Amino acid sequence: MSFLVNLGLGLLFGLGLVISGMANPAKVLNFLDLFGTWDPSLAFVMGGAVIVAFFGYRLVLSRGSPVVGETFHLPNRNDIDHRLIVGPALFGFGWGLGGFCPGPALTALSFGEIGTLVFVPAMIVGMWAARLLSDGNLSLAGVRG
Amino acid sequence: MTEFTPLASLIGGAMIGLSSVLLMAWEGRIAGISGIAGRLLPPYRDSAFASRFGFVIGLVIAPLIYLSTLGGPVEHTVSSNVPLMVAAGAIVGFGSVWGYGCTSGHGVCGLSRLSARSMVATGVFMAVAFVTVFFVRHIIGG
Repeated sequence: MSFLVNLGLGLLFGLGLVISGMANPAKVLNFLDLFGTWDPSLAFVMGGAVIVAFFGYRLVLSRGSPVVGETFHLPNRNDIDHRLIVGPALFGFGWGLGGFCPGPALTALSFGEIGTLVFVPAMIVGMWAARLLSDGNLSLAGVRG
Repeated sequence: MTEFTPLASLIGGAMIGLSSVLLMAWEGRIAGISGIAGRLLPPYRDSAFASRFGFVIGLVIAPLIYLSTLGGPVEHTVSSNVPLMVAAGAIVGFGSVWGYGCTSGHGVCGLSRLSARSMVATGVFMAVAFVTVFFVRHIIGG
């Protein structure tokens, strides 16, 4: 049951990515090209998503619990650690190079472009490596695992 | 050039937001794609694999459903520079998990929850992405 519900929610998310233009790396890169062929569309994607989620989360979280499971799994940390700077800096660099962040890359697989077909496996391996490094509590310049 | 599409982008964005809200309502989890996709490979720490797998399948089949129902050509241009895209993919994958989230987890879900950590993360990845594109297009490519 959860598989099917999640499939539907992933589909809704993915359709949003296609309709908004976010699944098109050319559009993402133009959004990021402030001093060139700037296309401000993606600010509207972010705006639409945040407005809906801002009010939607309030509504949902005012209930006691989710439909399935006992509690809402919400991040509760407030500290700013090294990883919170290094990770997003790397992510932003890769995003600017390829025009893909994780969701759009997965959704774009179905368009079958060679760039996407090599991006996604490399991304999955990169995610896996970060998790192993993180789970192993390896000490990297004082970074907590 | 890509066409400025404020309405389609706003509607698509609202769908992304709605999906995130419904995932929270259904099983109480943040719709962070790096968190979901990053846990597809072992080790498995919880029993949510079927959920995550389902969400990813939904993401992947979305263009097929879109093309077979709503139709219409979809503008889609991806770099065919294989070494560049492999490197970009690995960096995006590592960085998003190392930084506890990506555009969805920090950018959409985190900002909506007014999370200070997500505001910092989103500020950093946006700034670095703007600088990277400026450098690639106007310094190297200019």
